[in-house]
Amino acid sequence: MSEIAEKKLRMAAIRKKRHRAETRFRLFGMAAVSVGLIFLAVLFAVVLFSGLSAFKQTVIHLDIPVEASGDNYQAMVKLSLRNAFQDVTSRRHKRELYALVSSGAAYQLKDRVQAAPVLRGTMVSIWVTASADVDMAIKGETPRLTDRQLAWVDDLKTKERLKTQFNWRFFTGGDSREPELAGIAVATLGSLFSVFVCLALSFPLGVLTAVYLEEFAPRTRWTDFIEVNINNLAAVPSIVFGLLGLAVFLNAFGLPRSAPLVGGMVLALMTLPTIIITGRAALKAVPPSIREAALAVGASPLQAVFHHVLPLAMPGVLTGTIIGTARALGETAPLLMIGMVAFVVDLPETILSPATALPVQVFLWADSPERGFEERTIAAILILLLFTCLMNLTAVLLRKKYEIRW
Amino acid sequence: MPASAMENTQPKVHILDSAKPAAKMTIEHLTVFYGDKPALHDVNLKIGSNRVTALIGPSGCGKSTFIRCLNRMNDVIPGCRIEGRVKLDDEDVYAPGQDVVNLRTRIGMVFQKPNPFPKSIYDNVAYGPKIHGMCETKEERDAIVLRSLDRAGLLDEVRDRLRAPGTSLSGGQQQRLCIARAIAVEPDVILMDEPCSALDPIATARIEELITELKEHYTIVIVTHSMQQAARLSQKTAYFHLGRLVEEGDTETVFADPQDERTRDYVMGRIG
Ligand SMILES: Nc1ncnc2c1ncn2[C@@H]1O[C@H](COP(=O)(O)OP(=O)(O)O)[C@@H](O)[C@H]1O
Ligand SMILES: [Mg+2]
Repeated sequence: MSEIAEKKLRMAAIRKKRHRAETRFRLFGMAAVSVGLIFLAVLFAVVLFSGLSAFKQTVIHLDIPVEASGDNYQAMVKLSLRNAFQDVTSRRHKRELYALVSSGAAYQLKDRVQAAPVLRGTMVSIWVTASADVDMAIKGETPRLTDRQLAWVDDLKTKERLKTQFNWRFFTGGDSREPELAGIAVATLGSLFSVFVCLALSFPLGVLTAVYLEEFAPRTRWTDFIEVNINNLAAVPSIVFGLLGLAVFLNAFGLPRSAPLVGGMVLALMTLPTIIITGRAALKAVPPSIREAALAVGASPLQAVFHHVLPLAMPGVLTGTIIGTARALGETAPLLMIGMVAFVVDLPETILSPATALPVQVFLWADSPERGFEERTIAAILILLLFTCLMNLTAVLLRKKYEIRW
Repeated sequence: MPASAMENTQPKVHILDSAKPAAKMTIEHLTVFYGDKPALHDVNLKIGSNRVTALIGPSGCGKSTFIRCLNRMNDVIPGCRIEGRVKLDDEDVYAPGQDVVNLRTRIGMVFQKPNPFPKSIYDNVAYGPKIHGMCETKEERDAIVLRSLDRAGLLDEVRDRLRAPGTSLSGGQQQRLCIARAIAVEPDVILMDEPCSALDPIATARIEELITELKEHYTIVIVTHSMQQAARLSQKTAYFHLGRLVEEGDTETVFADPQDERTRDYVMGRIG
């Protein structure tokens, strides 16, 4: 065989090898993406499957004789139960009967009567929250009810005095010891307040810092030192920021514990490095020719940056901000340190009122043994995921908006 | 190249420069360093009013460095240090109290790569006048924009799409937009650093035509790689070599009868 033919064969072999490597790489890539997608799908399926039931709540219809005077609503609820099942006489059986409705039923009645005092002395017909055990039994869990209680539930069902309805309370209520009464309103508001404070502090501070460091600061040993330390801060475990908040904001400044204001401040500390780093990267990516163009028509450096460079860097800056804020929204550890891990029943009215946050609420409920809390934990996770998705959607929309402007 | 030629720092000045108009800019003993590395040595040059001065020379010889010293665009480069004097009329450009922003409205600049702002054609031209407060009413602003576009020879092509993005224009149109943007702030001097090197021959011809028209109103300094362009456009030519101004004089003389051996090699096409 001639030398030339040999060389051609060798080249063909190498070419084939290159093609094979290419195909192999593509396959690996597709496999990696598929595995990721499958895990994501499984996660969502599991969360949805076991969390969706929390959005439904069992209620029982009672005819309650309201006394003309007196405020023992608990007794009135019990009386109406006894009226409905008149064959129950022994103390133990009565206790079992009372356990069908939630302890919140008395408060529901109280609210109803206080809103309309004319109801006093009449028979009030009302749907009250069933107890968590009944709720679980209706939702198909292994019932923790006695046979007698199960019979009563069946009886109520056949009389159409028992149904499941949308669980508004989950969205409007604060925390509670009883799973059927617990809601995420306090946690959601606390999270929203905290994230708002976090954004209001970290966005302007972060963007201005990034602009100063990238566009104005002279390159000296000092700015190098600062840069290294900002990068270090981004890698500091979040609980350390919580400790800092505890020491500085609570102990030194004397700000209130458990307040979304302090939570937001701690989260802002955590988010700042992310915003500064992504902001600087976005500014660096703006072509220098734009700066030169502005300077050459006599713009001052400040005008060049704020009229031309920063608007061009905005999509990147916003993406960084939202990624940082989304992380802050899901952060638990620093909030534990500043006391946002409280049992809060009343809705926070200002950023100074005590509140919890969604991830902290998840953490708290996940500790409770009741099955009712388990489904609520997962439902709260769903809400948290929903917020994260919304924020990412906002990031995408903002990017689009700013990019179309040119 | 012989070492003796390198030591010869004095540029050869032609005696033929008789009809020389008043100097708009005067550069005396200009030396520039990037960090410790010198990029320009002791350059002396006078730039005549309402004429085109061409700067030629091989790549890396310091033409861009020189032209950027004239409107202090080198200020933004970290480590760039300047010695010597640059005067606009009788004013020292590098005087301690000099207002750089004001200076750059009097000395405009057009760059090698067209760099319109990512905004509308109208906003590109209106930006300079707006930040300098040169127009109070919308009518005044419209007038400035239309006049500048007209002078840059772009108006007829963009009259019905002033709101279209500047970046949607062709390369040659973008460069003329940049020229319109520069003249909108009514400078005395326009600096152009290889304004045609990113353009095709037809767009280049358009810009050359424009430069010839513009010199009626403005003093123009242009860096170019094309000897033909320098010969066609300029009245004065300065040849730079390895950071030194080797030869300067009337364009015709420099091209027809270069005195320095290095200039001769370059204009004959033997180097560069
Ligand atoms: N920003 C800079 N930093 C350091 N050196 C530079 C910089 N700009 C230019 N130089 C150097 O200065 C010399 C002249 O460059 P330049 O003025 O761009 O030449 P020309 O425009 O004639 O091609 C070159 O050796 C180049 O490497
Ligand atoms: Mg150059």
